[in-house]
Amino acid sequence: MSLLRVENVTKRFGGITANQDVSFQMGAGQIVGLIGPNGAGKTTMFNCIAGYAPPTSGDIWLNDKKISGYSPEQCARAGIGRTFQVARTFTSMTALENVMVGAFLINRHVATARKSAAELLDFVNLGQFKDKHAGSMTISEQRRLAVARALAVKPKLLLMDEVMAGLNPTEVKETVEVVLKIREQGISCLIVEHVLEGIMPIADAIVVLDYGKKIADGKPAEVSNDPKVIAAYLGDE
Amino acid sequence: MNTLENTAAVGIPPIESAAPATPAIPARTFQPKYLLWIVILAIALLVPFFVKDPSHQNLAILILMAAQLGVSWNIIGGYAGQISLGHAAFYGLGAYTSTMLITLGSLNPWLSILAGGLLAAFISLAIGWSCFRLKGHYFAMATIAVAEIIQIIFTNWEYAGAAVGLTIPMDKQGWSVLIFADKEPYYYLALGLLLLTLLANLLIERSYLGYYFRAIKDEPDAARSLGISLSKYKQIAFAVSSFFTAIGGSLYAQKELYIDPASVLHTGLSIKMALVSILGGVGTLFGPIVGAGVLTLIEEGTRMFFGGSGRGTDLIIYAALIVIIAVYYPSGVLGWFRQMFARRKAQQSQRAQGEQV
Repeated sequence: MSLLRVENVTKRFGGITANQDVSFQMGAGQIVGLIGPNGAGKTTMFNCIAGYAPPTSGDIWLNDKKISGYSPEQCARAGIGRTFQVARTFTSMTALENVMVGAFLINRHVATARKSAAELLDFVNLGQFKDKHAGSMTISEQRRLAVARALAVKPKLLLMDEVMAGLNPTEVKETVEVVLKIREQGISCLIVEHVLEGIMPIADAIVVLDYGKKIADGKPAEVSNDPKVIAAYLGDE
Repeated sequence: MNTLENTAAVGIPPIESAAPATPAIPARTFQPKYLLWIVILAIALLVPFFVKDPSHQNLAILILMAAQLGVSWNIIGGYAGQISLGHAAFYGLGAYTSTMLITLGSLNPWLSILAGGLLAAFISLAIGWSCFRLKGHYFAMATIAVAEIIQIIFTNWEYAGAAVGLTIPMDKQGWSVLIFADKEPYYYLALGLLLLTLLANLLIERSYLGYYFRAIKDEPDAARSLGISLSKYKQIAFAVSSFFTAIGGSLYAQKELYIDPASVLHTGLSIKMALVSILGGVGTLFGPIVGAGVLTLIEEGTRMFFGGSGRGTDLIIYAALIVIIAVYYPSGVLGWFRQMFARRKAQQSQRAQGEQV
């Protein structure tokens, strides 16, 4: 049984078709990479799943519950956590408070939320920055903070939008470790990524988009040898 | 210089609360700062015993009332970050509702005031339902428009006294009718209402609501991804804020015993409520109290210095203050204190480290 099922999703903005007839599935506890050149419609796909941009046509199912057309807050309650390309941390708050905001969805008691938030910060290796203001953290730290915050709503599926972009190799390694730890918890990860060295080794499956259409999906090794994918990334001869 | 003491009494809290050592866990142990709070509260309670001049007492009441409005405004404008420039509408609704229920319906004033607050909160839900679809400046503009409409309605509504206004007859006095010849009872009413509003703010700040409001202010899109319904929580903030603003309006009506659209629905009032909060420190518990002290002193001071010929001088000073705050101190007086404090602490710790090396 699949956790997430995207069926024939098309998303148009006026005359522009950002996603056309995209279908794919992912199972529980899987890491799936959503890759493709710039403007391929990856982030739009994300926004469709997380409720920020409802699909023009087609359906999205989470655990056999139809979630297309849900608002972002309904999606969060249904079990979808997400991060953004720019971390969008709450900059007036400390790292701990950021995560607490997420934890309040599960439990409205401040002390309980504080406790689970502290655990999550440790989980993403930010335990020592508990009282640091989110605004004064590095990009890499803010991205991981956003991951901890998204995990606080106890999602079944975590959508990560370019968590590794712009990070140095050490930071990429740290982030990869966190992603693997998340999978160990039984949470599926759908990751939009440009840094292919980061995603290829850890993904169970890869979905490739180009010009809004799905051009390939499968195991990382198969996908990276697919002539269509190579053409999309390097151009035709 | 009794008046200065008054303002000092209301003006001290920020310095204390500027201590960045706000405990993450509510400390059960007795801390010196609680003692300071008790002292400040005691001074505030004793002011009428030392300040006997009615005009000075009046100034103290004005500061407390302005502070209460700033604290109320701060819930929606400060914590939730939705700048309302139409709060005079709720102030007027409170004042008119309680006054009309008392004079025309001969209802108990306590109940009438409560009814005014509830009505304002209810109307804020209707306004919020439509206006919260707008973002940032557009929301602020919509609130101005709503306030103007309410002002026009009351200026033309014969039953509510139209432009002439309403008078509360002073035939009875005492706590059951909330009418007094002296200033002291009004001082305690204003102080009590301010404390009540502060308590509401404190409870919100400490609960998940406070976190949600700040999340909505900082990053609305991220807040949604965490299951926070923006419209729901903005409306909660707006309703609580309107409720207390309306009660402030009712208190004004009881104190002056006369209201008209110019005194309780004036656009300048809305701006003053926002300014009190912004000047003192937006989104902080005690910022509005500092702001109220400063602004009321400017207002009354210019009135004393220039009399009738100086009308509008306070507005010129307001304008200058807005510019100064916007450019140099966006976090208000309280924020400035905090920064100073943090900087000094950092310097001290650096010096301490230097000595170790």
